[in-house]
Formats: sequence, structure tokens, C-alpha cells
Amino acid sequence: MEKAIKKFWPVFLLPTLCAFAIGFIWPFLWGIYLSFHKFTTISKTTFVGLDNYFKVFADSTFVDAFWFTAAFTVVSTILINVIAFALALALTRGLKGTNIFRTVFFLPNLIGGIVLGYIWQILLNGILTNLGLPLLALDARYGFWGLVILMCWQQIGYMMIIYIAGLQNVPGDLIEAASIDGATSLQTLVKVKLPMVMPSITICSFLTLTNSFKLFDQNLSLTNGEPGKASQMLALNIYDTFYARSGAQWKGIGQAKAVVFFLLVISIALIQLYMTRRKEVQQ
Amino acid sequence: MKKLITLALAVCLCLALALSASAEGSVYYLNFKPEQDAQWQELAALYTAETGVPVTVVTAASGNYETTLMSEIEKSDPPTLFQVNGPVGLANWTDYCYNLADSEIVKHLTSDAFALKDGDEVKGVAYVIETYGIIANTKLLEKAGYKAEDITNFETLKQVADDIQARKDELGVDGAFTSAGMDGSSDWRFKTHLANMPIYYEYQADGIGSTPAIKGTYLDNFKAIWDLYITDSTCDPALLASKTGNDAVAEFVGEKAVFYQNGTWAWNDVSALGEENLTMLPIYIGVEGEENQGLCTGTENYWCVNGTASQEDIDATLAFMEWVITSDAGRKSMSQDMGFVTPFDTFTGEYESTNPLVKIDAAYTAAGKVPVSWNFATIPSEEWKNGLGSAMTAYAAGTGDWDGVKTAFVDGWATEYELSH
Repeated sequence: MEKAIKKFWPVFLLPTLCAFAIGFIWPFLWGIYLSFHKFTTISKTTFVGLDNYFKVFADSTFVDAFWFTAAFTVVSTILINVIAFALALALTRGLKGTNIFRTVFFLPNLIGGIVLGYIWQILLNGILTNLGLPLLALDARYGFWGLVILMCWQQIGYMMIIYIAGLQNVPGDLIEAASIDGATSLQTLVKVKLPMVMPSITICSFLTLTNSFKLFDQNLSLTNGEPGKASQMLALNIYDTFYARSGAQWKGIGQAKAVVFFLLVISIALIQLYMTRRKEVQQ
Repeated sequence: MKKLITLALAVCLCLALALSASAEGSVYYLNFKPEQDAQWQELAALYTAETGVPVTVVTAASGNYETTLMSEIEKSDPPTLFQVNGPVGLANWTDYCYNLADSEIVKHLTSDAFALKDGDEVKGVAYVIETYGIIANTKLLEKAGYKAEDITNFETLKQVADDIQARKDELGVDGAFTSAGMDGSSDWRFKTHLANMPIYYEYQADGIGSTPAIKGTYLDNFKAIWDLYITDSTCDPALLASKTGNDAVAEFVGEKAVFYQNGTWAWNDVSALGEENLTMLPIYIGVEGEENQGLCTGTENYWCVNGTASQEDIDATLAFMEWVITSDAGRKSMSQDMGFVTPFDTFTGEYESTNPLVKIDAAYTAAGKVPVSWNFATIPSEEWKNGLGSAMTAYAAGTGDWDGVKTAFVDGWATEYELSH
């Protein structure tokens, strides 16, 4: 067996590696290259050095979008994980209809972001109209909470499934031992279950954190950054820089923003992984 | 069975080879107007059948033309014929535009004004002239006791609209104007087309054709017309942010509103009301001497030939363009099926447009009214329009004030001009 793997590894690895190189590494390197250039199409570029990067930080909309994104990420990461975990706890108790509930909670995740954005735009605008409040596109606060609600609705079910898998992997004898030792259910949860599902928490918080930070579709369809650019997140800001401005220099600035954005996402994700990994325990 | 499939595949291959071998150059047209996609496909097939030159027509999704063009033009078979929206759009693509100065199509232009120039070179050719104004339902107007001829300036327009709005229950309408929707499907009617009015009058007053810094001389007039649109309307101004283009069409065709701002391209949407019940009024904004103002006529559709394509493809494209504007099939398709008014001298007699809204425009011009030119091709960027649109929506809903609109209009222009140059 081992010999066969040694001999045939290229057959299994190379196709994926090729796809990865063509679909990811090559465009990524091109992206970095282009961020130092002025261009309309990628076959005609002029080198401009670090100019694009200076302009990124001179652009106040980018900084505003960063703070909006950061606030959104914090709120939605906490909400999604807490609620998903609570649901997972409730649905691992062997209640009647557990499977139906699991399916129902998971379903929203199967709908695409753009569609969800438009559906929720209609729903939320309907509610706001009935309450006599300004519509989503008129007040960034409603836009913010609208996005939070939308993301919760979409992501909680998915995270719930991961937490359920984690909870089901907690060995029964551990819980039994805890209860024999007289642990209350709260103590069992905090001292036994939580440390045991730490790997699930790592993966779920990683997914929600990066998903929220990179959010684009839902932002585009729910508020499109209105009013002004007050509800615009980083990804949409980059898109706008690239497409809504005329003049060749903006393409390069958009590209530079994208590189900065990449560095932000990767550093935040690495810090988070490091922090939650530390808390994981060996079974 | 297997043999059959193999045979079929082989036949396909041979056909493909034969097709590619028989053609010298080929044409690839990246079409901007989704509403005319079917007619272009038909025309392309006809041309290929007649001459053997393959013509591919691809239509970009609404609002995605620039993005589509940007990626298509990088391919090994790039579009040989594409379009830009005017001087601002040309700035992005001028390196790709073939100089059309010596081409047949430029010689057929009725006026030099329809050629898009960069220095001495002709980089683009307008292929359709369009007109917009306030489309009005004359049947409802008469029911309210008015005639279209009563409306000759802003004052009378407001008087009629206010009266209709006040008696809306009696007349069975929801409002005088259709909802001025500021959703992406409709906001261009206001942040671009309506905004053209104050820009036009300022350019006229200052005797200029473009400017790095707009002054906003006619912003009070702009406020007056916008106020009229949102107050004498079918819906609460606070809801405009979510109203779409289809909402406005539905209100107008459903006879729930009397006035609807749009242009000749919208004929198919409103034709259900019947030609005899429709007319188009100039957009009056209360400027001195506007009784002589006509409809807004111009173009933002210019054909450009890709100069980076191979010479055979360029020649094939030029021949195709000439065929479209000179052959019977091409002229019929453009004028009757697509409903275009074109700036070419070959469209005479039976090839004049049959679009009733176009005829109304011709009547205005014949009556000596001065058409309002389209100046939005000089707007510094898409961002400017978006900023103005947001401010107009906020003003309508009461979450913003008119100063916000002024800032977006005047300061936004200077900022965007600076950033784009």
C-alpha cells in the first residue's frame, strides 16, 4: 500500500495542485503585481510604485468601511456562535422531532447570499414601513442590524451542525463520571463539554469571523452601501473602487485595497486560530 | 449506438473545421442593450448566411457592460465591435479604439456632432439617438379637464399636477406622477436624466460644453421639479428608496398616474395604453424662456471598433457595420424591429422610425422647439451619480436635507473631477 502511494502520488495530487495553482496562486500573484500598476486591462499596465498604497490610506471611505466591517464582525461572530451552540445543546437532548428541527435550521444556508439579501430587504423594509421608520437604505443603523439578522439567519444552522457533531463526540463516560462526582448540569457544560468541543469552537469561530469580514453578496443586495457609503463593508468598497470610478488609476487602487484586505483577513484569522487552539484539550 | 455517437462527433468536428476555414475575418459584437438582443442575433445570423462571415453577438447583462468588456477584451478572441457611453467612457478605452475617420460609416453620418473624437481621430460613432421627457396619459389629462397643450412651462405643469393630485380620488388615480423610485432599476431616471436639466441650463448660460467644477446655478429649479415629482406622487416619499422601475411602469400602464418620466426606449413598456392616449412633454423646471424648450435628445451609445484586433477582423467588422446601415435587412431591423432613430443618412423613407414617441419628438423639433442636449456624458464619474442619488433619496424621505443634495451636486462634482483626472 505504502509503496503504491509513493509511486502514484502524482496521480492523486497533481490535478488538485494544478487547479489550485491556476485558480488561486497565479491570479493571486497577478493581483499583487497589479497593485503596483495603473491599468484598464491587464495586458497594458504602467508601473507606479507604491502610489496606489498611499492612496488607499488617504481614502477615508476605506477606513470607514473598515470600522463598519469590524463592528459587524464582532457582533455577528458572537451572536452566531452563541445561538448556534445553544441550539446544538437543545437538539442533542433527544427531544421529539430533533431531525426536523435540525433540517429546518440548516435550510437557510442552502440559499445564495444575493437572493437572501433581496428577500430580507423586502421583509425588513415591510416591517420598517409599518413601524413608520426610515427604510434600510436610509439609515445605516438599520442596515447594520439588518445585515446582522440576515447573517444570523443564514449561518446559525450551519454552525449548529458542527457543534452538534462536536457535542456528540463528547465521551459518555466523562459526563457520567462528572455526574457521579456530583457536578451540576452547568458545571458539566462549562468544565466538561466546553473544553471537549473546543475544536468545533475553533472551526466555527474561524468560519464566522472570516465570512463576516469578507461579506459581499449580502451587503450588495441588502443595502448596497446606502445611505451614502455608511453601510458599506470592505469587500463592497473594493468593488466600488474598481468599477464605479472612471480613470485608469482607480483599478490599481482597488487592487491595492484588495491586497491590504487580504493581509487584514489573514492576520485576524491567524490570531483567532492561535487563541482558540491554545484552549483545545487532548482527549 | 457507440458508433453513432462517434459519427455524430466526427461530423460536428468537420463542420466546425469547415466553418472556421471558410472565414477570413470574423465579427464579435458586444451588445449593450439587452432589450434588443434578439434582433441583433437575428441580424447576425442573416449576415452570416448572406456573406459567410461569422458574426457573434454577446449581450452584457444590464449594468454590467464595463465589467464584461473589461474581461472579454483580454481574451484571445476579443470583441471587435463594442461601445462606450461618451467622452468619459472613451477615456478608459481610447487605446483600444480604431480610428474610424476614413470608414464608410462615418461618411454616412448626418452630422459631425455624432462622431466621438479624440483629437483628430474619430474613435466612436453614435448609432442611436434617443429622447426623453415626461410621458403623459392624455386620456386621464382630458378626464381631469386639461389638454397636453395647456402645459407650456413649469408653472402650468405644477398647476395641473397639483390639481390632479388634489382630485385623485375623484379621477381614480393614485397620484399625478408615478413613483420616483430610487432603487437601482429606476434611480438613473433622476440622478442622471433629471439632473441633466440643471447641468444643461448651466452650460447654456456659461456657454460651455463641460466643466471641472459645476456651480449649481439652477439647483433651485432642480429642487422645484424634484419636489413636484415626490409630492404629487403615487406613494409616500419615504418609500422611494425601495420603489423600482417596474413599479412606475405598473402604475402608469395601470392608469394610476398621469405622468411618467422616461424616454423613447420605454415605448414597448407603455404601448398597451395605445398610441392615441400618449404624448411626451418637455421636462420644465422653471427657467426663463422654457416655453421654447423641447424634449431631451441625445445619445450615450457609441460604436467603437477594437483597434487591437487583427486587420482581417477589423475589415470584417467595418464591412458588417456598413451592411447594417445600408442593406435593406439591416435598415429594417434597426429602424423597425429595434425601433431606433439613427444618425445615418441611409435611413430615409420607409426606414424612418415607427416609434410613436419618436414621432412626437419630431413634431416638437418641427414646431421650432429647441431640444435639450444630453450632457450627462460629461458627468465626472459614476460615483457622482451615486452620491447625488443617495442625497436625493434621503431628502425625499426626510432623513437628509436639500443642502446634502447641493453638496453632492457641487462639491461632489469638483471632488470626482479631481479624482478622475
